[in-house]
Amino acid sequence: MEWHARKLLTVIAEAALERRLVDEVQRLGIGGYTINEVRGGGTHGVRAGEWEGERSIEFKVLCEEAVAQRLAAAVMENYSQHYALVLYTSDVGVLRGEKFT
Amino acid sequence: MTLDPVILFFLLGLAARLLKSDLRLPEPIYEALSVYLLLALGLKGGIELARYPLSQLGPQIAAMVALGCVLPLLAFLALRALGRLARADAASIAAHYGSVSVVTFAAAMTWIEVRGIPAEAYLPLFVALLEAPGIIVGVLLARGVSGGAAQWGGVLREVMTGKSVILLLGGLAIGAVLGPAGVKPVAPWFFDLFKGALTLFMLELGLVTGRQLGALRTSGAFLVVFGIATPLVFGLIGAALGVLLGLSEGGATVLAVLAASASYIAAPAAMRVAVPEANPGLSLPIVLGVTFPFNLLVGFPVYHSYVLWLSR
Repeated sequence: MEWHARKLLTVIAEAALERRLVDEVQRLGIGGYTINEVRGGGTHGVRAGEWEGERSIEFKVLCEEAVAQRLAAAVMENYSQHYALVLYTSDVGVLRGEKFT
Repeated sequence: MTLDPVILFFLLGLAARLLKSDLRLPEPIYEALSVYLLLALGLKGGIELARYPLSQLGPQIAAMVALGCVLPLLAFLALRALGRLARADAASIAAHYGSVSVVTFAAAMTWIEVRGIPAEAYLPLFVALLEAPGIIVGVLLARGVSGGAAQWGGVLREVMTGKSVILLLGGLAIGAVLGPAGVKPVAPWFFDLFKGALTLFMLELGLVTGRQLGALRTSGAFLVVFGIATPLVFGLIGAALGVLLGLSEGGATVLAVLAASASYIAAPAAMRVAVPEANPGLSLPIVLGVTFPFNLLVGFPVYHSYVLWLSR
């Protein structure tokens, strides 16, 4: 079994951005994504996820480093000014590297 | 005063939050309850809808759309001229007050029902009609007509396919097709249990309102006054329109409540996408922390008295 080195890019964002993030992923030709509903707090206050107006999501993609860079740059450029956002990457190994380019 | 379980449960939620209780309704249950409430309201309205001729409903439908466009304009002017708010913030808050609150509507329906005040059964149709125009006008006020067709397409789709519009109109249509006999098999679930479900929803809203009360400290006196004055003025406009349209006493009262209410579900979501530079920290505490409890606890009898006074 061979593990391929990839980046896991995680974006924690307001749920209002979900559709836009999916659009960005598709525009960059990334093969897949995963979304969790989450809650927490930060500089934009507590986002407890109790009702529609304050839901947050954790949005994750596995891809090559250059693609992760491009996605992160697009998200920062378009949404960082007005939205609650957290982005981070981690190094991971994946099986079937051709799925995560 | 008739004690209303809906209001007591709201106060319980509010008290729990103020006592810093960790009580919370799981989000999927909240979500399911809101789907249930919207469908039940739609169905109930739909049963009677088929009985009314379009010649009677047509002018009312047009009047609702007009009302939904005028109210946010008034709010916007007040926020800009008196409050000196930035354009985006004023437009966003105006959209909230131009649109309507379904839960306030549901509470108003039980309020008139408990007091035996007669009303048209198809009033949920008004909710579905009043939700979108205020939001669209709010986006227009913030953006102007520019902003590109692609962006507008997204906003319109968001507003017109929102959960409340789909479920209310869908419920109305299903109710109209089924009629009283056809709805009977599901009546225990949708009608008999309705008030119980509404109390649970109110408990949750008490919690949400309690959280917003804390944020009110930074809102400033103008917005707090705005959050009380606006429903009083808009309620009068709604009552006058209801009397003009020849609605029943209950119908005109509920229309006044709708005009006075402010959206806290559809409008915030749409504004977040369409007018991201507007600060939700300004709009939500006023809508949820001031106007919603004001309507619930103080507003209904006031709007009812407007209608009685205007129809004398």
